[in-house]
Amino acid sequence: MGILEIKNVNKRFGGLQALGNVNLTVMENTVHAIIGPNGAGKSTLLNCLVGKLLPDTGTAMFDGRSVLGKKPHQINQMGISRVFQTPEIFADLSVLENVMIPCFAHRDGSFKINAMSSLMRERDMLDKAEHILEDLNMADKRDMHAGSMSRGDKRRLELAMCLVQEPRLLLLDEPTAGMARADTNNTIDLLKEIKAKRDITMVIIEHDMHVVFSLAERITVMAQGTPLVEDTPDKIKGHPKVKEAYLGEAA
Amino acid sequence: MLGLNRKDAILLLIVAVLALFAPFILNPFPVDSALAQFNAGYPDLMQRFVIFGIFAIGFNILFGLTGYLSFGHAAFLGVGSYSAVWMFKLLSMNVLPALVFSVVIAGLFALVIGYVSLRRSGIYFSILTLAFAQMSFNLAYSVLTPITNGETGLQLALTDPRILDSAQVGGSLPVTSLFGAEMRSAMTLDLAGWSFTFSVGYYLCAIIMLIAFYLSVRLFRSPFGLMLRAIKSNQQRLNYTGLESRPYTLAAFVISGMYAGLAGGLLASMDPLAGADRMQWTASGEVVLMTILGGAGTLIGPVLGAGFIKYFENIFSKINESILHQWFAFLPDGVQDFIVMILYPFIGKGWSLTLGIMFMLVVIFLPGGLVEGGQRIARLFRRTKTTDGDVVSTKTKPAE
Repeated sequence: MGILEIKNVNKRFGGLQALGNVNLTVMENTVHAIIGPNGAGKSTLLNCLVGKLLPDTGTAMFDGRSVLGKKPHQINQMGISRVFQTPEIFADLSVLENVMIPCFAHRDGSFKINAMSSLMRERDMLDKAEHILEDLNMADKRDMHAGSMSRGDKRRLELAMCLVQEPRLLLLDEPTAGMARADTNNTIDLLKEIKAKRDITMVIIEHDMHVVFSLAERITVMAQGTPLVEDTPDKIKGHPKVKEAYLGEAA
Repeated sequence: MLGLNRKDAILLLIVAVLALFAPFILNPFPVDSALAQFNAGYPDLMQRFVIFGIFAIGFNILFGLTGYLSFGHAAFLGVGSYSAVWMFKLLSMNVLPALVFSVVIAGLFALVIGYVSLRRSGIYFSILTLAFAQMSFNLAYSVLTPITNGETGLQLALTDPRILDSAQVGGSLPVTSLFGAEMRSAMTLDLAGWSFTFSVGYYLCAIIMLIAFYLSVRLFRSPFGLMLRAIKSNQQRLNYTGLESRPYTLAAFVISGMYAGLAGGLLASMDPLAGADRMQWTASGEVVLMTILGGAGTLIGPVLGAGFIKYFENIFSKINESILHQWFAFLPDGVQDFIVMILYPFIGKGWSLTLGIMFMLVVIFLPGGLVEGGQRIARLFRRTKTTDGDVVSTKTKPAE
């Protein structure tokens, strides 16, 4: 039994079959990478899992419960957090406030009017937020304006915001897209560190093979909306079907 | 203090002192002096300052925190006024039930309008609220005449039931009161050439404004306030963080509608009549101006903006041509006429031209409003202090 089970998922945009009969199982506590050329349906699949898109057919079960038809905030409350291709943070707020928001979301659910309690007196939440910032080496930036940080730090903050909710599944949509080599390596190290410290399942969608092969324990290769092969990184490297999908012809 | 941090407590204290001593502060000139017309310390105007302060504080909770620009908030002000007058007509001349009723009705009204309008954001939200407010305004003028008394406006009458008050004996209309203390009763203190008026009505409004301000400070500093700011910053991230933005924006909309209802109820409590023009879109625009002028998203800004605009509206508009001639009487006739001719469009009925120019200057040069102006001045002082310190240190260095 995997923590995430996707069965027979189909999604059509007009005449385009974006996802064709996708079956995928992600085992608990693994780092599972989904790779494939542009237009392979990786992002479409991810968007189906977070409530942005609704597939035409099929099921997607997270821990035995369906995620399809639920809204993004409900899916997050189930224990699935996501990281965006370009870091999505609250740019107008301070770093600490950025991390406190998911803390409250985790404790109070999707809506609560607690207009008369003071932020600075929520000791538990403050401690939790400060602890995760320390954990990710951001403690010195706690009062910084989040929008003024570097791309790498924004990514780090976004991960902190996800991790503070103690998700069971973390979805990463091209976490190193558009990053310089040094930032990419930092992010890889950070993700490795995160994985080593806690029980968490990660699904990574990625173009960069360097990132994929340094992190993933399982790899699914997609092409034209369908998973081609799923295996360990070592076996994927030399797989003829993968070469075919990437190079467009039999290698 | 009161669950506030030191900075906010000081701010609240300053506002409290300003509000309670307003009859002195706003009356700096002796009655007989030529500048007496700049005195704003009469009850009628002071009441307006604080009432519109409440209106703007409430508007700021929506606009300043969530960034949703409502262009129909005057509708809630109007609904609050009508509700209060109806309570005076039906129940009692006591202002307390009237205020409670106006807040509740405005809140319900805001719930309905907010529920529909908040399906959209940005400009579409603004237009939806504007449409609702104009609809309310036109309805109040026409088909709702049995409730609103149409063009004449809703007024008290001797024949009103007022079931809680003892039967009216005299021939004059009853006045609004709080457990016997009449709103219009006032005490005048004559001190040398100065004259200060303390009215019951003003102090009731001021105390309610302080409570409203205190609640808004608490809200700003609460987790709820943080969520509202998060909505302004990034709704997508908020949704993927497990929070639903709609209920938050709706709650903010209803709260700010209730503030507007309270302001409307207070307006009616001070002067028990309500007209449809209170709901017109110009009134909705005014509160937007107040908030932006003072500083949207800041605590004190809306109150400053409200005071500023109401001061202009009431004081500048009273300066007329002959007063200008008086001021420049010391100049030769030709020059005097010339200066008066230039200044004339900006005073009297032209006060809105002055206000418009001020507004443009503030928005262009101080996007954070009057509050940002204050901060810049404060920073300037701090900088001169530190540069002083630097000068001293460079002077002492060679000696070392």
